[in-house]
Amino acid sequence: MVLGLYNYWIVVLLMMIGFYIVIAHGNLIKKLVGLTIFQTSVFIFYISMGNVDSGSAPILAEGVARYSNPLPHVLILTAIVVGIATTALGLALVVRIKESYGSIEEDEIQIQDQLTEDKTSC
Amino acid sequence: MLAHLPILQVIVPLMAAPLCWFLNRSKLVWLFALFVCAFTCLNSMFLLQQVMSSGTIIYQLGGWDAPWGIEYRIDELNALLLLIISSVGTVVLFAAHTSIQKELPEDRHTLFYSLYLLSITGMFGIVSTGDVFNVFVFLEISSLSAYALIALGKDRRALWAAYQYLIMGTIGATFILIGIGLLYQMTGTLNMADLATRLAEVNQTRTVFAAFAFLIVGVCLKLALFPLHLWLPNAYAYAPSIVTAFLAATATKVAVYLLIRFTYTVFGIEFSFTTLPLQNIFIILGLVGVFAASTAAIYKTNVKHIFAYSSIAQVGYMIIGYAINTTTGLMATLLHLFNHALMKSALFLALGAVMYRIGSVQLSQFQGLGRQMPLTMAAIVVAGLSLIGVPLTVGFVSKWYLLVAAIEEGMWPVAVLVLLGSLLAVLYIWRIVEIAYFKPPLPGREAVQEAPWTFLAPIWALVLANIYFGIDTRLSVQVAQAASQSLFGINP
Repeated sequence: MVLGLYNYWIVVLLMMIGFYIVIAHGNLIKKLVGLTIFQTSVFIFYISMGNVDSGSAPILAEGVARYSNPLPHVLILTAIVVGIATTALGLALVVRIKESYGSIEEDEIQIQDQLTEDKTSC
Repeated sequence: MLAHLPILQVIVPLMAAPLCWFLNRSKLVWLFALFVCAFTCLNSMFLLQQVMSSGTIIYQLGGWDAPWGIEYRIDELNALLLLIISSVGTVVLFAAHTSIQKELPEDRHTLFYSLYLLSITGMFGIVSTGDVFNVFVFLEISSLSAYALIALGKDRRALWAAYQYLIMGTIGATFILIGIGLLYQMTGTLNMADLATRLAEVNQTRTVFAAFAFLIVGVCLKLALFPLHLWLPNAYAYAPSIVTAFLAATATKVAVYLLIRFTYTVFGIEFSFTTLPLQNIFIILGLVGVFAASTAAIYKTNVKHIFAYSSIAQVGYMIIGYAINTTTGLMATLLHLFNHALMKSALFLALGAVMYRIGSVQLSQFQGLGRQMPLTMAAIVVAGLSLIGVPLTVGFVSKWYLLVAAIEEGMWPVAVLVLLGSLLAVLYIWRIVEIAYFKPPLPGREAVQEAPWTFLAPIWALVLANIYFGIDTRLSVQVAQAASQSLFGINP
């Protein structure tokens, strides 16, 4: 029962790892990597969900009677595209942040922000 | 043609966004985008009128029947939201040309308009679709364009705010995706109406509980419910003025819509409010949000920050109304969705006008503006009064219904706390009024002129709407009532 659902355990594990990286790391690129792992775990989740025991890939072929459910695969194709767009936008933002702050470490950026804040408020 | 109105609402701005690049001249693109938004605005008025007279509109994409094909389903709630987004989107866009000329370099103007149209497309899509996976895709369209819009801000902190919003927004959206996956796993369908009937059979399983929890947390991240609001203040404060006015009036509203749609339509009231102590959680978080955010607003020195925190507080009111879980409570929430969109867009546009003239929205810079920009400051005062909930403004109407709903259910402490929360709003509005009207103009600054008419026209249109809907509540109350009754399954 527990081992039979190993793919779902992998999903949960990857999800936790990704989430932990997003929270724990201060490096902006590492955060994005964590976010990508987090999203990827959901992709795997959808793909295992669509799997049918001893079913083949959902492509019409001679001598195949059982097919996996194609819908989750199609859905996740969309989600992968969305994930790529998010990562690309995130990385582009990191480039711009690096250009204007000179750093991609969260704490250094916050120190610099604090300094500008003090300057404008007095 | 008339039968295709639901899809045109989404398709037209979606197609218009890339077309902006062909025009590629700032003023031309602005007129084009304005034209497109005005079209969607008219369109949503038609839709609302059609829904109110002849009931829910169902539009099947490509002519495929519902559980297999994707359907767009417009009922009173969707039509109300469509009207809010499109009308505020149009009015705000009217001031865009003047504002972004000052705040953005020339070569980014086309980019701005096409992102704006994409963002509005995403919101229309979320609101009109009856398919949960579509919700996710449109949510990402609107969010990704919103991140980029925020990053256009002049201040470098805009980049950092956009990045933080991206991380939190993506986590929220991925949670929603997990929830949708779990629901599909249990029912084999993605259609909301179909899900609602099929979930009834399996709703005591742990998978459905997990799906519910993921969806609620994901949506609450998007709507900036109190402990999950961290992305909001900086994103609003450092984005270009127009973007703030637009997002503050629409983005969180759409997420509130999703919360209502998922809990009332998909999971059903019975399930939503009994499996988890959702009512207690949301009332407490809503109240804490109102107090914490209003208190934070009192101590901020950047006026955009003040109103961003006040947005979090207002979301708190919406959530309280929603969690009271009666028709009156839900009606208060829907009214507040509409009314808050009117106040906040007016306030942030007025701040845009201040930004246009003096290039800063620090509270200290407001000295003497009451005499130098009388019309703009008067607009801030009136919209501020509306935010507090003074009679004759829209803020009063929605708070009134909220109080009635709380008292009807015998929740006296909630009613008292809502009133106390409004008093905090008096404090932060007063700080602005005091500095703007009772302090002499800043020494060493040249005389500031009143904002140009392209700003004043939309600001005052919104302010007058604030007063109009505060006096003549027939339209807003009627629609909100019809929507909340249909969500509770009561046929008027």
